Amino acid sequence: MYAFEYRKASSLDDAQSAFKSADDGTYLAGGMTLIPTLKQRLAMPSEVIDLGGIDGLRGISVDGSTVTVGAMTCHADVAASADVKKAIPALAHLASLIGDPQVRNRGTLGGSIANNDPAADYPGAVLGLGATIHTTAREIAADDFFTGMFETALDEGELITKVVFPIPEKVAYQKFPNPASRYSVAGAFVAKTADGVRVAITGAGPTVFRATEMEKALDGSFSPDVIAGISIPADGLNADLHASAEYRAHLIGVMAKRAVTACA
Amino acid sequence: MNISVTINGKQHSGEVEPRTLLVEFLRYQLGLTGTHVGCDTSQCGACTVHMNGKSIKACTLLAAQADGQDVTTIEGVANADDTLHPMQEAFRDHHGLQCGFCTPGMIMSALAIVDRHKGEDISEETIRDELEGNLCRCTGYHGIVKAIAAGAKAMQGGA
Repeated sequence: MYAFEYRKASSLDDAQSAFKSADDGTYLAGGMTLIPTLKQRLAMPSEVIDLGGIDGLRGISVDGSTVTVGAMTCHADVAASADVKKAIPALAHLASLIGDPQVRNRGTLGGSIANNDPAADYPGAVLGLGATIHTTAREIAADDFFTGMFETALDEGELITKVVFPIPEKVAYQKFPNPASRYSVAGAFVAKTADGVRVAITGAGPTVFRATEMEKALDGSFSPDVIAGISIPADGLNADLHASAEYRAHLIGVMAKRAVTACA
Repeated sequence: MNISVTINGKQHSGEVEPRTLLVEFLRYQLGLTGTHVGCDTSQCGACTVHMNGKSIKACTLLAAQADGQDVTTIEGVANADDTLHPMQEAFRDHHGLQCGFCTPGMIMSALAIVDRHKGEDISEETIRDELEGNLCRCTGYHGIVKAIAAGAKAMQGGA
């Protein structure tokens, strides 16, 4: 790791003013991506601003129509939450599939979606459920949030405070995990809501995206058979040592069918 | 910067760089070398310790983040009279180690598994699933899984 200054923020204001006054500051949430990145010298921030000491960013609450998760809530808490399991079982299931128990004890929802790794799971739930991302400046709809590979709509220094997930009628997440890292090679988050079906695909493209053709077909009839004939073009999908773009395109169909089946 | 961490019930203070990892602080400054560094890439779990009761990888946490927190390492597991903890006994009885390098992390993860499933009968499937974050290069998982099942039973007061 290159040397950096460390600052433990006491509040959101404190974190943002530290960010503003730093030459090249970066926020530290759970650190499950940032610390390995620093070790590999892929990032060289002048100041690391730790969000771990800020009150009020952790916790889960459920009302009649939404589940709200604080930005610094760790994956293990979401996975184990009886309230989440009851309201949006696929959200707890998705959290339980991230990394391993030690990673889930540290990694956070806010950190995951701010990083927007193409192979991360949480962007699938946020986009698939049409969640709203609350920040220190505004509320951002999931459809506007994930803008590209490791890119989001967040401005410099803007911090996520919580994410509000609408409770759907039916929901499931299925992914083909990389057997070593458990990252998504391709995954499908399917939600049947009062406003229609949403299908969000993780792992396969440069960023999470919606499979709109599948959504339309499922709006007509919510059954795995109606999407069996829909092929996703491999053009523009990720290709790496784990899977070719063509293989990922095929996996999207398989995962989406499994997710619709799991919704039943 | 100066940090102060409660480790195995005792307060430890020390001067660290912001980039010092918790595992480096434990091993090189405090001499608590039971916590191992296997991969240094958050994969192998040899560096697993508990912070505030939760298992974490000490190679992927800045020592500064542990300031003011409560950490338990493998050195804090055995009983005060130096007899082994039931989980450690189980690893000995069931051949839960070959070369032994992964063992401290395996035991810390095993204790976390028991803690997450208090009062439950923990299945082999659960144990294997929740050992996802710990690698044994000797591939000695069979004995490790048997040891954890037996250790869990002993901790829960069963036979």
